[in-house]
Formats: sequence, C-alpha cells, structure tokens
Amino acid sequence: MIQAAHTTRRKLLRGMALGGAAAGLGLWRAPAWALATPTQPGVLAGNDFDLAIGSSTVNIGGCAARAITVNGSLPGPILRWREGETVTLRVRNTHDEMSAIHWHGILLPANMDGVPGLSFHGIEPGGEYLYRFTVKQSGTYWYHSHSSLQEQAGVYGALIVDPREPEPFAYERDYVVLLSDWTDLDPHRLFARLKKRSDYDNLYKRTVGDFLRDAREHGLSATLADRKAWGAMRMSPTDLADVNGNTYTYLANGRRADDDWSGLFAPGERIRLRFVNAAAMTFFDIRIPGLTLSVVAADGQYTRPVEVDELRIAPAETFDVIVQPTDDIAYTVFAQAMDRSGHARITLAPRIGMRAPSPALDKRALLTMDDMGHAGHGKAAAGEMACGAAMGMAGIDHAAHAAAAPLTHPASESGNPDVDMQTMSPTPRLDDPGIGLRDNGRRVLRYADLRSLHAPADDRTPSREIELHLTGNMERFSWGFDGIRFSKAQPLRLKYGERVRIVLVNDTMMEHPVHLHGMWSDLEDANGDFLVRKHTISIPPGTRRSVRVTADALGRWAFHCHMLMHMEAGMMREVRVEE
Amino acid sequence: MRALLAVALLLCTDAAFAQDHSQHRQHAAIPQSPPTTATDEHAQHREHKVDASAPGQYRPPALTDTDRAAAFPDLHGHDMRGYMDDDPFVWMLMADRLEWQQGDVLAWEGSAWFGHDRGRLWLRSEGEREPGHATEASIEALWGKPVDAWWDVLVGVRHDIADDSRGHDGRDWLALGVQGLAPYKFEVQATAYLGERGQTVLQAEVEYELLLTNRWILQPRIEATAHGRNDAQRGIGAGLSEVEAGLRLRYELRREFAPYIGIERAYRFGNTAGYARAVGEPVAETRWVAGIRFWF
Repeated sequence: MIQAAHTTRRKLLRGMALGGAAAGLGLWRAPAWALATPTQPGVLAGNDFDLAIGSSTVNIGGCAARAITVNGSLPGPILRWREGETVTLRVRNTHDEMSAIHWHGILLPANMDGVPGLSFHGIEPGGEYLYRFTVKQSGTYWYHSHSSLQEQAGVYGALIVDPREPEPFAYERDYVVLLSDWTDLDPHRLFARLKKRSDYDNLYKRTVGDFLRDAREHGLSATLADRKAWGAMRMSPTDLADVNGNTYTYLANGRRADDDWSGLFAPGERIRLRFVNAAAMTFFDIRIPGLTLSVVAADGQYTRPVEVDELRIAPAETFDVIVQPTDDIAYTVFAQAMDRSGHARITLAPRIGMRAPSPALDKRALLTMDDMGHAGHGKAAAGEMACGAAMGMAGIDHAAHAAAAPLTHPASESGNPDVDMQTMSPTPRLDDPGIGLRDNGRRVLRYADLRSLHAPADDRTPSREIELHLTGNMERFSWGFDGIRFSKAQPLRLKYGERVRIVLVNDTMMEHPVHLHGMWSDLEDANGDFLVRKHTISIPPGTRRSVRVTADALGRWAFHCHMLMHMEAGMMREVRVEE
Repeated sequence: MRALLAVALLLCTDAAFAQDHSQHRQHAAIPQSPPTTATDEHAQHREHKVDASAPGQYRPPALTDTDRAAAFPDLHGHDMRGYMDDDPFVWMLMADRLEWQQGDVLAWEGSAWFGHDRGRLWLRSEGEREPGHATEASIEALWGKPVDAWWDVLVGVRHDIADDSRGHDGRDWLALGVQGLAPYKFEVQATAYLGERGQTVLQAEVEYELLLTNRWILQPRIEATAHGRNDAQRGIGAGLSEVEAGLRLRYELRREFAPYIGIERAYRFGNTAGYARAVGEPVAETRWVAGIRFWF
C-alpha cells in the first residue's frame, strides 16, 4: 500500500522535472504544513514558519529528563525551503533563558545568523524574532541554538533547501538521518564536570594488564619507551572523546539504537540519505553493511560522486549519500562513535517491522605520536620534546611538504596555562581516513576524495594568509586559538571583498571541526589547489589544513570549533568583515 | 629564515590589520609553487602586494545601505560573552581520604575549591582523631592561580586546631605552595609554611594512580614533612621529621565515589624519632586503613 503510493508519487515527481526531488520526506509545496508519517519526524515545508523554542520533558535514557526543543520535538522539525525564495521564520522563545536559532551553513545577512550578542541581540524569554532572508543556495544543512549549551539540550534540526536547478543525481527516496548525542545531565553540569575531571568518561585507559600484554607482544623496551612518551606528555592515547557513551545515548532521528527509526524502500530504488551530525561532541563513523555509499554532496554542496564503504562525519558536517539496495532485505545504517563507546542506527527496510542486526563495534584505536604530528623524531623522544608549554620549538623546518611553511608557534602559546602541547611537524594529511579507520578493509571517505562539482566563483589568489593554532589544555579543559580564549581574543578582521587563506594548525591531541559562519571555506590540498567547498572543516590532531575564504559577507561572524564544550571553553573567535 | 619572515610580515602588513598581530599571525600568501630560495619567496611576496588581485576577475557584490544596516545591528547591549562563558564559576569538593585506621583512628584529607580557571579559592584540611585525644587537624585557605599548563601556585594561611589533651595551642601559619601534575602523571603538592614565631615547615606529597583496571585503582602515596627547628613540646625535631607511605586500593563504583582499603606506614626521623623514643612511642608504625574517597 505504502509502496504503491510511493511508486505513483515517484512517477509524478519525475514528470514534474524537479530533478528527482524528494519522495520520502513529503513534497514541499507552499505554504507551510506539517507532514507526519508513522515513521518520519515532522517536516515543515514552504516559506513561512512559526517555530517555538521551549522546555519539554523527554524520556530517552529510561527516565524523564528536561530537554529544550523546537516545536516540542527532539530533534526539531525538518525545515524544507526552496532556493531563491524568501523565507520568513517567526521564532518564539518560550524557554526561561536567552535563546536563538542559527542556520548552520546558510549564507545570509549577519542579523539573521542567530548568534546572540554577536550578530543580533538574541531572543529574550517570552520574546520573538523575525528571521527573513532570501535563500541563495541549496542542499542539506541544519539549524541549532547558538546560545549557551542549548544545542546539547535538544535545540537542533535538519534543514533542506531544494534546488532551483535539477540536481546532478537521481533517487526515488529521500531521508534525513540526523545523528545526535543525548544526556539526561544538565549540559552546564556536564561542562562543570569536564572542568573538574576532564577524563571522567575515559574508562578505556591503559592498565597494568595492557602493559604486560604490550611488553609480551612488542618487547619490554618498546613498551617502556611508549609509556614514557605518553607519561612525559601527561596524556593518554585513549583520549579520543571528552564525552562518550558512558554519558551519552547516541540518537539517529531522535531514536535510540534499540528502538530505531526505519525508512522504507522497494528493492532497486535509489535512496538519498542526508546525514547530518547534530551531535554536540561526537564524531560518527557511518556505514551500511552490504551497501556502497555514493557520496554526492558535502555540507550541502555537490561533489563529484565518490563511492565508499564508510565515512566519518564530524559534528556539524553534512553528507548526502545515495545507496541502491537491490535485495528484499533490511539494512542497518550503522553510526558508531569515533571512540567506539556506542552507536546510533537506523534501518532501511522493504517493509515495516523488518530489521537487520547491528555489526559489532570496531576495536578502539589508540592515538599515536604520529597522529599528533610528532612523526619522524623517534616516538619516545618526540613525546618528550614536543610537549609541555615550556619548550621552544620555533623554527623547525620541514621542507617535505610543498604547502608547509616553516612551523613556528604563536608567542602567545608559550608559558600559557591553556596550552598543554604543540605539534612538531603537522601536515594536511587529507588522504588519511582518520584514527580508527585506517586499514580496516573498507573504502573510507577522506577529504582528499572530495571534489566540489563547481569551482568557487572567486578565482583570485588569496592576498594574505592568517594562521591560527588550535590549542587547549585537556586537564584544565580550556580551549582556544593561539592559546587565547574567546573572551580575551580580539576579532579577526577581514576587509569586505578580500580573499584570504586561513591556515589551521592543530596543537592539541583532539580533532576539531572548525566552522566559519556566513562565508564558505574552500578547502585546499597540500599544493594549494581547490578541493571542496565546506562550512565546517575538521582538523585532526597533528594536521595543518588551509582554506580560502572570500570575505563577501559584511558583519560580525562566529568562527569556532563545533565541539560544543570546546567552543564554550573558549575555542572561538569573532571574524569581523568590515568595509 | 625567521628574520626574512619578519621582513615579509612588515612589507605585507597594512595599518588596518596591525592591531591583530598579537593574537594571530598573518603573512603574505605562499606562492602556488614552492619557492626555491628565500630570496625568491621574498620577491614573490612583494609581487603579490603590488598586484594583489591577480589573476582572478571576481569582484564581490557592491554593498547597499540595507546590507550595512543588517551587518551591524543594534545588539541592545548584549555581548556574546554573556552566553558563552569560557571561564565559568565552578566549585568542587573532594574527600581524598576519609578513613578508619587501625587503632580506631579516624583520619581525613580533603579539599574544596571555588572559582575560575584564572584563580580559585582553595580550602584544604587534614587531620586525625585518636581515641583518648582531641582532634588534631589543620585547615588551610589559599588562593591558587595557574602558572603553566600543569602547575598552580597557592598562597594563603593555615590554622592548626588546638589540642588540649596534648596541651597544644592552636597555631597560625602563612603558606606558599605549588600543586600540579608532574611528568609521568605524578600528582604533586608541596607547601612551605611560616609560623607566628618564625618556625618553618615544608610538606610535600606525591600520589600516583596505577590502573589495575579502569575501576580498580592502586594508589601509592608518600608524604614527607620537614621542620626548621626543634619543638620539644610537640615532639618535633629539626630536619626531615616524618614520612608516611601508603598504598590504597580503591574501586570506583562511580568516578565520584570509591571505597578503598590500604596500608600505611609512618616513619619518624632524626630528633623527632628521638623525642618519640623518649616518651615510649614507636618510631615507625604500620596501620591498616579502610575508607571512602568521593567528590562532587
């Protein structure tokens, strides 16, 4: 019955030459209306919306907990806009503290960007703000609160912009897969807990037993050298996530893995999956056992299709993927946390009630000195030399990389309590699948595989280069750029119209997805050639990655790590574009 | 090389951006092809400056007054720092040791802190209560401030509570200390005290956590005390006076709560040992301990 309806709709849509626009999510058609099917979160489509941010009681972990939601649902409704239209969104704040919604990755005037105290005045309790702007792009995006830690508490949802022009790929089904991390803990208590015991969730530290095993397998001296290197840095190689499955319940479309959401298909159909990582602090590794993922868009922008078995999605990134199951069986869309402490999943099935098993979580990886850009110096020695704020590693020349300038660290990092390590020889490493995904027998998406379908309109060479180092202190749980927290940092000033290169060097042992509001970040390869246009660029430890930015949006914009607690702890800057 | 970069920096800087130098570094764009020599690089920088727009033709849209108004709206006095507090007020209470010791002794060591990363008020207390005696305890109030990634410096006062059963008056001290995480993850705390009558004490404590599993944790701990001069009434001699070495095995039911058992051996040295012998007290003593460790 459902299948038949879908088939008819499919034919209809093709006839409408919408370029294979959505079936599964409901047709977008003005004006706004709520479309709710038994297995689908609500979709609001059109160009006129009423949204309300407020408190809700949810039961995710087994007991009632307080969430902050949009229109009472977690995640919030899927919003569906159309490129070229002017959208109007009346956002009411019925919650008891300042709130706002930020449209992540959307190009718009600064006063519509939704960052309280930066781009506008925020929405006071009981207040309302009228967002109205013309949509200049298409693709898969998302929205979330940019006020305090409300994003962790549930203020997020997917955002789809249907294109004016036909899409360069076709599909019969269209599903959003929105991943997130939930905790019953009040987010401020979680933040305070990180300040008190930043390793609270790291229940995977190496033990005496691991030492004995490693000594047996790799020899005593190698094991001692390894422990010495980590000990000298006062760090743990198992520190892959500040908050993990010990605290979080991982959700896909708002549902736990043991009560997952299902999307239907008929064998042979092509399914477009719009992956959105709305998690506060979690990287997910996504795969669908039995199916090949054809990645067709990243951060809303078309890419040349690339076929992979697995992809890692950083917080705030989106990927559009097309899969084509031909068998009459159920499939698991499996999203495991980067530190393997848990997973979220959805089911793709020909009929309601069918389900496939979840694969086992992969083995947890350990960070290595190479991961942190300490390669080529002998592991033990590198650990000792590279870490500790007192060292003066300025001026290490590493001519190996064409794009790499001699590495010097900002003076503000020296002797700074907020800086607990510095990388030695970072490289872009765009062809690295990432920790835990190397040599796993699967084709894993790497940034190097991504090629935007369209080159940026701005073909100018950047006229200057701004280098920022991502810094932090794991123990104190303080984060920043160049050792300076947001509250102490001066804005980074760009001149309207200029083209700049922003170079990001990771001086920490964690991966940071860096998001610039209001403007695209055009990722370059090691030779300075354009790869892909994104709104969020993930910077693994030990890497140095560069983007080109056209400062074509006047105003004050947030530029920050999208690990919510890192941003809160200071890893943010204001980018001010002035005439 | 650094000098050349600095020159390049000067050449490629204009006044509008000068104020940002302290916080992020900018230098002229690196040419598309890697320079073969430093001189080349220098020359290419200058070329970029002269003809910065080459080779692209792109021009951003012209701005209107509407754009300008939308770009810098009235914030009604709000500042993002009000909604994103990167150094919030946090507090913590920790009972490192709250234990029964063999011989019916109740002993504790704990601390609490309140404040921000940039500075915290620390309260620390240590003491024990032996049967037949009053409580022997100290309490400290210190201001702590980070000095580098791993170390905090603390300055404050300490008060030793009077012990009438032993005829000890209360005493006050000035305290100056450091605490932090040493390489190889040794937790270190060292404090120097200056008393009202010029007496001095140096106290240092080192702890380590050996993970048998991620919940069974064996914690060796050593604490040493040295005094500046003899104090016969209290049985304290100048020099290294006492060392306590303990080994505690705890099970973290939660991170915040762990019962433990352990053994602790105390040694007295030098004149302190002499005073002890004189009154028939042991110079070294071993006690079993059992207790709980918790924080919130």
